[in-house]
Parts: sequence; structure tokens; C-alpha cells
Amino acid sequence: MIFASWLGKLDWSYFWHGWVQFGGQIATVGGALTVLAALIYFKKLGWLYRNWLTSLDAKKIGVMYIVVSVVMLLRGFGDAIMMRLQQILGSGGGHGFLSGDHFQQVFTAHGTIMIFFVAMGLMFGIINLILPLQLGARDVAFPLLNSIAFYLYLAGVILVNLSLVFGEFGAVGWLAYPPLSELAYSPGPGVDYWLWSIQIAGIGSTLSGINFLVTILKKRCKGMTLMKMPIFSWSILATMILLLLVFPILTATLFMLSLDRSMGMHFFTADMGGNAMMYINLIWAWGHPEVYVLVLPAFGMYSEIVATFSRKRLFGYTSMVWALMAICVLSFFVWAHHFFTMGAGGNVNAFFGIMTMVIAIPTGVKVFNWLFTMYQGRVHFDTPMWWFMAFATTFLIGGGTGVMLAVPAIDFQVHNSLFLVAHFHNTIIGGVVFGYLAGIAYWLPKIFGFKLHERLGKAAVYCWVTGFFTAFMPIYLLGFMGATRRMEQFDPALQYQGLFIISGIGTAIIGLGVLLQVVQLGYSIWKRKELAAGHDPWHGRTLEWSVPSPAPEYNFARLPVVTERDAFWVAKHGGPALYSGPFKDIEVPKESGVGLVVGLAAAVFGFGVIWQLWWLLPIALAVIIGTLIKQTYVEETERIIPAKELKA
Amino acid sequence: MSRQKYESPTTNAVGLGFWVYLMTDLMLFATLFATYGVLRGNTAGGPAGHDIFSLKLVFAETIILLVSSLTAGLALLSAHAGRKTRMLQLLVITGVLGALFLGLEINEFRVLLADGHSWQNSAFLSSYFTLVGTHGLHIFAGLIWLVATVWYALKRPLSPRFMQRLTMFSLFWHFLDLVWVCIFSIVYLMGVLA
Repeated sequence: MIFASWLGKLDWSYFWHGWVQFGGQIATVGGALTVLAALIYFKKLGWLYRNWLTSLDAKKIGVMYIVVSVVMLLRGFGDAIMMRLQQILGSGGGHGFLSGDHFQQVFTAHGTIMIFFVAMGLMFGIINLILPLQLGARDVAFPLLNSIAFYLYLAGVILVNLSLVFGEFGAVGWLAYPPLSELAYSPGPGVDYWLWSIQIAGIGSTLSGINFLVTILKKRCKGMTLMKMPIFSWSILATMILLLLVFPILTATLFMLSLDRSMGMHFFTADMGGNAMMYINLIWAWGHPEVYVLVLPAFGMYSEIVATFSRKRLFGYTSMVWALMAICVLSFFVWAHHFFTMGAGGNVNAFFGIMTMVIAIPTGVKVFNWLFTMYQGRVHFDTPMWWFMAFATTFLIGGGTGVMLAVPAIDFQVHNSLFLVAHFHNTIIGGVVFGYLAGIAYWLPKIFGFKLHERLGKAAVYCWVTGFFTAFMPIYLLGFMGATRRMEQFDPALQYQGLFIISGIGTAIIGLGVLLQVVQLGYSIWKRKELAAGHDPWHGRTLEWSVPSPAPEYNFARLPVVTERDAFWVAKHGGPALYSGPFKDIEVPKESGVGLVVGLAAAVFGFGVIWQLWWLLPIALAVIIGTLIKQTYVEETERIIPAKELKA
Repeated sequence: MSRQKYESPTTNAVGLGFWVYLMTDLMLFATLFATYGVLRGNTAGGPAGHDIFSLKLVFAETIILLVSSLTAGLALLSAHAGRKTRMLQLLVITGVLGALFLGLEINEFRVLLADGHSWQNSAFLSSYFTLVGTHGLHIFAGLIWLVATVWYALKRPLSPRFMQRLTMFSLFWHFLDLVWVCIFSIVYLMGVLA
């Protein structure tokens, strides 16, 4: 009995759920073991540790973020395929291949993974790659904190994937509304996996937010005043302000739900005075700004891409900055549009409905600015520009359906229907995913020194766009017809199956696009000599294009001095030189394993709470605190790259 | 860097980062305060604030924490004046007062639990224990930080790196004081008034 309490809630029965789940277990464990075996076989483990895992170079941390995010994207996409297949089978009179409970876990995992571990990961990845370069800085403000934040994100990823092997995931939807997510209705460890994977990753996000905010405010090169800063950096400043204000709300909210579940508290329970609507308010007070946290960086990327490929300075720079900041502020006043049906009353709903429509105005300003940038420009249609064109049309439709949903009277009709599902996929795929893929196609040459294959990239855009519309237009229709979201079976008499099949075909076309991108990446690595990009493959405008590709560890051999917006473009066209003066020694951060230790200990801590192995928690916490205190005794955190090497 | 422009420990990059961190912590407390505000009437038939709070005890806790904030500030001033022994003495006093505060709080919780007012009994009690307990956890973290700081300073000179850390600790301690004043007013005073 004592032994049992040492093991907390751990129980061998959590290993076996059924054949479908067994497939997932095999895939996860097998994938991890294959990677590990390959690393050992090719004797790359030490190399990986020294050159990547312990590196504090922001660009390398950025690449690691992107690699992990892409792996998670494949898993999240796998979840999507399973759901669509189930709905095709389940709307024609059959039961399909997923049980109701399993289907619920799949859509919970899909949403959680796509937002927290794909979109957030890609966002931090691209910021790490480009932000310091664009600001004319050698590094972020706090390199070690950057590494710790990455490993906290990775700890979240580990926990999510562990839930696939051992235990279960939440069957409660990606925001885990109580009272369903309370212990009384979800007694298993699934909700705890959900809670602690995003809790730990979310703390990492807050730390990253501090890091990038300070980087922007303190590390800009000489002469780069805020209003001379590239618009992508502006979008990151707006994003980080937003992120820092809302992620603590998420942390506190998850903490309270966790206390309900682990300590028997009554914040959001159905009895003893708990108030579930409090949770829903709090989670959306984080959740709505969160979608802007994801999309504002994408807006910044589009702004850079449109100006570069139109060979023209960005139209309305100042209005872009104001629009970003307006969105930043307004996004705090719209959260209740996620639950118009709560019963808050007509006046409250009217306020939030109108605020939601108002937020479309600064967004519209941005879209017009992009179009006017293209107007009379010499537009070059390379792959990043194709992504922008795809975005402009897709996002317009997504925004339009958003304004429809902002009308409470319409919202009451389509609330929790597939119409909503189609709307947010329309904005997130059309806005965020296309943006990040555009950003990767645009900036990857700077990091790796070669361009991605152009025709394969364009073919991928084709597939994504046609696939997206084929997959989600039927979902809009189904929503209008009354199909509720999160259902795994429909009465065949409703005749939904045809539209689900069309949607499934669309999913397959998107899958082809994903496949083409994987092929594109592999092919481009193979042909990297032919695809070699010089320091300025796109005729860029901002500082990152003024340094060699791949960018050196220290970013800038001599720090630039900036006098205008689009400093590099101005310098190329007869403006003052960016670099002058003698070379000096450069300090770069030394490799450090602190982040890795803290992240792994955080994952152990999360595992301990999930399975109620209470004795594990002080151990994990002591490791974290001890490692951090030990770090304060390290005097030499930097190594010197001598000036002589730089000139060579 | 060749530009050796002096920046004070509260306005340089590390200082700014720490200020920003404090603001995120403030958002966390704001969320807990909002939740407490919504749930404080939901006593589920159990006791309300005025049934269980003892203002005498809380007043003592408040005075102790305010004095510890004063000694933390004085420690920073001594460090600036280069008086290391004085600084160490004041830091130790700060730590003892902090520990005393924490001890009183734990005792308050113990008495409440002994009287059968557990956090499991109502939403009001859940939010009360969580809000006050989260502040207590912060104090505990501050004490660990304080011990590490004193230990570090024992055998080392007052370097700029150390001054940076001491300044941040001081900010953190004052911040916790500020949060406590809000807890004192909103939880205890308003609780007893109602």
C-alpha cells in the first residue's frame, strides 16, 4: 500500500487502450528510438550536444525551435487526418474507427499541439533567427534565458508526446472548459497532461517575451530609432507586449484548474460555490490576445516580403505601426465574443460585438498598405510572394466570416458549429501558417546559405491553397446546415457525408503540399551548391541581408550604423556606408547546458504532478533552483572572437 | 563593448528585463485578485471572511513585512556606501523578518485548517488560500534568493554583478510588500468590513 502511494496514480493499465492507440505508441517510441539510434550509429551525439543542444547562439536555438515545431506539425496534421476520416466514416451510418473518447482526445491534442507547439514554436524560431540580425545586434539580450525558454517549450512537447505513449490526453477540447475538465468528470491523467504541458511551455513563452522585448528596446544598433526599425521588428515589439500581458493570466488560470484537480479546491467546480464561467472569461482574456500574438508576427513578415518583392519601400510605414499598436490594445476588449451565448445580456454582447468589428479596421489598414506597396512596384513573384498572395485572398474571407460571427444574433445561430471551425482555420491557416511558411522561405537562405527550390515551393503553395479551400468551404456549408463541432458521428439522414468527403479530399491535397515541402527541403539540401544564395538573394532592404549567408555566429563583424529606414537598401543605392571603423574583438556567449538541465527537470516536475508522484516534485525543483544558483557563480559566460579572425 | 556608458542597475538591460518580469508577476496576482473578487461571496454555507480573519495577527504580519522592506532598502544603501558588514547584517535581519512573516502565515493557515476551514470547503476559501498562499510562495522564493545572496557575498567583494543582483532582490522584496498591502486591504480589511 505504501509502495502504491509512492507510485501515485501510475498504473500499468494506462499502457493498453486499443490497436489504434497502439499505433500511436509505436510511432512515437519508434520515432524517438530511431533518431537516437541514428545519432549513436553516426557518432553524432557529442556533436549534437556541443554544437546545438548547449549552444546559446540565437540562430541555432531558432533552428531547434523550427525543427521541433515541424515534427509537431506532422503529428498535429496526423490528428487532423484521423478526425476527417472518422467524420467521413461516421456520417454515412458507420461507427468509424475511433471511439467517442478517443476522438475527443484527438481533437484536443490537435488544437493544443497546433497552437502551443507548432505556431508558438515556429514564431519563436523565426524571431530567434531574424530579430537580432534585423536590429543590427550581435545577440538577444539574455542568451541563457533564451536557451532555458526553449527547453521549457521542449519540456511541454515531451509531456504531450508522453501522453500518447503512457496514459491519455485530455478529452475536453483545446481550452478544457470546466466543469468537464474537473476531476469529477475527467478523472484520468489526460487533463493533467494538457495542463502541465502548456503550463511549462507557457512559462517558457513568458521568459522569451521578456527576452525579446528587452532585446528590441536595448539592443538596437546605433542610429536605429524606434521609427526607423524594420516593420517585422515592430510587429515583434507589439507581439511581446501582448504576450507579456496575457501569458501570466494563462499561468494563473491553469494553476487554479490544477489546484481544483490535485488539491480538491473549488474555483471552477459545479458545486461548493465554484464558478466555471470565471474560467471561461479568464482563459479567453488570454486566448483572444493569443491569436494576435500568433498573427502579428505573420503580419510583420508579410510587410517585409511585400516591400522586398515589390522593390519599393513599404507604403504607410507609420500607419502600419499605429495599426499594430491599435490591434494590440483592441485585442484586450473582445474576449467575450467567444461566448456570446453565456447570457451576459444584450448590452455586454453589443459592446463586445462592436469592439470585434472595430478591430477589423486596423487590420484593413494593413491589407490596403500591402496592396498599395505592390501598386506601381516591380513585383517579383518568388515563392514568399506567392504565399503572400495566397494569404491576402484567404485571410480576407476568414476576416469576413469573422465579422459575421461578431454579430451576436448570427453567432447565436452558428455558435459551436462547424462554421466556427471553418472560420478560425481560415484565419489561422490563411494568416498565421501561410505567413510563417512565407517567412521560412524568405529567411532560410540567410541561415543556411541556400535558397529553397523554387518550383517545388510554388507547387506546395498551389496545393496548400486549393487544398485549404476544398477542405474548409464544405465545413462552412456544414456549419450553416447545423453540424455541431467535435462530433464523431452524424445521422446519415442528414446527408453530411458528401461534403465531408469533399473536405477529406481537400485534406489530402494539403497533405500533398506538406509532402512537397518535405521533398523541397530534402532536394534543396541535396542541391545546396546550385541553390547557393549570396548575402542578398532577394534584393533585401533591411540589415540582415547585409551580412554573409549563412550568417556568422556573431552576426556582425562590425556593428552597423543606421541613418534611415530600409538602411541596407539605402546603403546599396549610394547612401552612407553601414560599416566603418576598425574591427574589434567580439564577445559571444559560451555554450551552456543549464537550459537543458532546467528543461528536463521541468518535464520531470510536470510528470510528477500529472501522476501525483509528490516526492518527485521537491527533487525536480531543487535541481532547477540549484542549477540556477550555481550559474550565478560562473564568472566567464562569454568567449572572445579576436579581431584578427574577423578580417580574414 | 567600447561604449562604456554608465547605466544604473535599474535601467540597464538586466534591470529592464527584471522590471518587465515584475509586471508579468503583477498580472498573475491581478488574475488571482480578480478571481478572489468574484468568488469571495461564494462561501457554500461555510464561513465568510469576517468569521475567520484576525486583524490583529494580520496587522502584525503587515508591520513585520514593511519593516523587512525597510531593512532591505537600507541594505542596498549600505552596499552603495561600500559598507559590506552592515549590508550583511541588514540582509540577515530582512531574512529573519521574512521568515517570521512566513511562519505567522503558515500558523494562520494551520489554525484555519484545525478549525475545519479547509480550501476544499468553499470557492471563497479556495481563492483565499491560493491568493495568500501564492504571495507566501513568493516570499519563500525570496528567502531562498536572500540566502543565496548572503552566501555569495560572504567571501566576495561588492562587484557590479553583485550590486545588480542585490538591486533586483530589493525590487522583488518591495514588490512583494506592495502586493501584500493589496492583500491586506482587499482580502482582510474588506473581508472584515463585509
